Amino acid sequence: MNMHTSRRNFLKSTGALFIAIPFASHVKAQGRIAAKTVDPAQVDAYLALNADGTATIYSGKVDLGTGLRAAFPQIAAEELGLPINKIKLIEGDTLLTPDQGSTSGSNGIPKGGMQLRQAAATARQALIKLASEKLGKPASELDAINGEVRPKAGGAGVSFANLITDKGFELKLDAKAPVRDPKTHQIVGKHVPRPDIPAKATGRFVYMHDLEVPGMLHGRTIRPDVIGAELVSVDESSIASIPGAKVVRLKNFLGVVAPDEWDAVRAAKMLKAEWKGGGLPTDSTGLRDYVKAQKISSTEALDKAGDFAAAYASAPKKLSGEFYWPAQSHASMGPSCAIADVKEGEATIWCSSQGTHRYAKHFATMLDLPANRLRVHYLDGAGCYGMNGHEDAAADAAFMSKAVGKPVRVQWSREDEHALDPKGPAQVITQEAALSADGKIVAWHTTMRCPKPTANLPTIPLLAPVEVDAKQVKGIATGSLSSGGKPPYDVPNLLVEVHWLEDTPLRPSHLRAPGKIGNCLAVETFMDELALAAGKDPVEFRLAYMSDPRGREAVERVAKLFNWDKRVEPRRNGKGRGIGYTQYKGDETYVAIAMEVDVSADGRIRVTRVAATHDCGQIISPDGVRSQVEGCILQTIGRTLFEEVKFDRNHVTSRDWASYPILTFPDLPEMKIELIDRPNEPPRGAGEAATAPVAAALANAVFDATGIRLRTVPFTAARMKSAMAESGVKFG
Amino acid sequence: MASITLTVNGSARTIDVRDPEKPLLYAIRNDLGLKGAKYGCGLGQCGSCTILVDGEPVRSCTVPVSAFAGKKITTIEGLGSPEKPHKVQAAFIAEQAAQCGYCTNGMVMTGAALLEKNPKPTAAQVKDALAQNLCRCGTHERIVAAVVKAGGARG
Ligand code: FES
Ligand code: FES
Repeated sequence: MNMHTSRRNFLKSTGALFIAIPFASHVKAQGRIAAKTVDPAQVDAYLALNADGTATIYSGKVDLGTGLRAAFPQIAAEELGLPINKIKLIEGDTLLTPDQGSTSGSNGIPKGGMQLRQAAATARQALIKLASEKLGKPASELDAINGEVRPKAGGAGVSFANLITDKGFELKLDAKAPVRDPKTHQIVGKHVPRPDIPAKATGRFVYMHDLEVPGMLHGRTIRPDVIGAELVSVDESSIASIPGAKVVRLKNFLGVVAPDEWDAVRAAKMLKAEWKGGGLPTDSTGLRDYVKAQKISSTEALDKAGDFAAAYASAPKKLSGEFYWPAQSHASMGPSCAIADVKEGEATIWCSSQGTHRYAKHFATMLDLPANRLRVHYLDGAGCYGMNGHEDAAADAAFMSKAVGKPVRVQWSREDEHALDPKGPAQVITQEAALSADGKIVAWHTTMRCPKPTANLPTIPLLAPVEVDAKQVKGIATGSLSSGGKPPYDVPNLLVEVHWLEDTPLRPSHLRAPGKIGNCLAVETFMDELALAAGKDPVEFRLAYMSDPRGREAVERVAKLFNWDKRVEPRRNGKGRGIGYTQYKGDETYVAIAMEVDVSADGRIRVTRVAATHDCGQIISPDGVRSQVEGCILQTIGRTLFEEVKFDRNHVTSRDWASYPILTFPDLPEMKIELIDRPNEPPRGAGEAATAPVAAALANAVFDATGIRLRTVPFTAARMKSAMAESGVKFG
Repeated sequence: MASITLTVNGSARTIDVRDPEKPLLYAIRNDLGLKGAKYGCGLGQCGSCTILVDGEPVRSCTVPVSAFAGKKITTIEGLGSPEKPHKVQAAFIAEQAAQCGYCTNGMVMTGAALLEKNPKPTAAQVKDALAQNLCRCGTHERIVAAVVKAGGARG
């Protein structure tokens, strides 16, 4: 039994998709939940043992299509000593779950999962102690197995339900409570099918987009053609022919609501409004120059060793290069959707946010409500890979609901999602390095230019509060764009710097592996250039500068898995192989990727073969990790080959899948993935790490195929073709 | 207001249509409460909204509901259920072929239509049939494996 089957049964019995979820005040009447703590320091915040022998776990982190819904129960079941099918999971609900921070930065398992493990370990310790009194046996002779505490040597035990009352544990999380020895794991590290897939494969799963609440209206927002324009006038009569359609105008915020969804769509299209002003400081073709010309607000040295300047100045062989990563969109398959029910003094929001707790506070501020009078429920949306438009749609719905006094569902259009989702910002990265006369790296300098995230900004500013002129914290957030500029190699004289820029033309947010794919492209392409300059094979050359045995193993194993054949000079025959390596965020997951490409005479690049090794420490859900690694690789091949947000001085012009192409089935390469499990190491994230070396491996393979270094993403056929024409490359 | 009778998953369903241009997707999701087909683009570009009409995959987001009078429509709910999944659905479950799963409707429906014509497709034929279906999560390899498996051919 889990959330999905219960929802499914509910749907079956009612034949409708209405789900009425009470607000805080009503929940109080239900006894047990009234006492439910959400204090992250308390065991009861994370789990409850139920009288029927099941356990409910409460997670402030949410499954974004990443498989946490299998992994969290695995962790809890293992640690508690319960069969996994006895675990129910509640995710993201701000009234019932502890605030564990947002589900981002690949921290679902390393942070959220480990808090849960510690809570369960504390609970087990308490259960054993209680049982020891009941059974009159020392705690050391007991263990929690299959829902009861029993003597390890055999004999009668006592069930969890008989050890614990409705009050719960009333215990603080004990950081020292012993966790189970990985050698004894029976559920962690094993394949557990994801509980949501049967409902997803049969159309029964209730996504955010599918939810209805009683009495709701359908809302659509109308945003100006020119970003930042002010609303001058609205002609409400232009939608008079649509029954029940109403305009919601709040300063520069413009929306329509209607009882019927298609009517709301039509009304949004038909509504006549006049706007003035606004505009962008550059268009997308000028973005690279714009980034380079922007005033540097500060420069920060992130890593330093030896004396780069002196070593570089005196070295006999020098190389340099500049790399560009464009603005990209989250481009979720389902445009963002949310429902809000804003009443006098309280509000409920249903949303697919990665950070329901954070945004609950944000929504409360913008609606002028006390934080404890606003509840956010989490429902799955389409994959978001960072912060897309989920929260914006929720803010849109909230303001419209407040204005009309009814629940409002807002569904963004495809054009809205592509145009308005906050973007992964553009980056310019430069590299300088030098080799000694005998071909050793003696100096390395990475310089990154990226917008500076506002210090301690809790949430990303949303569109609607700006338009409405409601309260919200200002600033920009991007994720840690400057991570990954440090080469993962032993270099004697090193300087890694970031030039912080004030801003970036389109509103930024974190997009999967913020900054790290571009930074790794720069570092790892450059490592290849250095290998060539030193007359060495790229794999051998890397290994010569690697001392971390886990990193070495990842690279050595990928070379074997891929059947790497040594080369120094590029083949230049249209087929090429390349490698890329990273340790994510400098101290997390190790990933090595080897890739084979075909470059055709018209400049089209096809990735034909990929091999990857991935070491994220202890693996909880092997198939979950594998599916994330597959997704990282495929999505990033698309980001590298095709994706760039296009805009003119007015607005984003790449507003559909034709103008913002992503990877498709014919582009699918053959993939071999080897997961390196280290049960005794702490688990690290798997949601992003494998994205980082993808662009680098691809670029290095293109170089092998053509002798051309692509340093500007995306590697479109047009770009490749003109580079080939320029350097006179022909093959076939 | 005109009313239109559609045959959906074997039953006749009559719906009132104020705007004859209303796409079928809005009718099946909102008027009939069948939410398996998803709104992805409304432009016919992604395939999330795919249903079967007389066995052929159709993108329900761009075709007006009025065009479907008298046609036999199958939605993903009609194809199978968690208890009795269609062989394509069963293969998606076995292969764990979904991340977020928002694209899954389109993949399952297009895959099921392919098997009707070509009962044992190869991986290359599956990729070809799904060439116009988009997945942002990068679940492609599993999706191909699932459709091939449902057909029983060797990938
Ligand atoms: S929603 Fe119909 S094709 Fe995208
Ligand atoms: S699984 Fe998320 S879009 Fe395909």
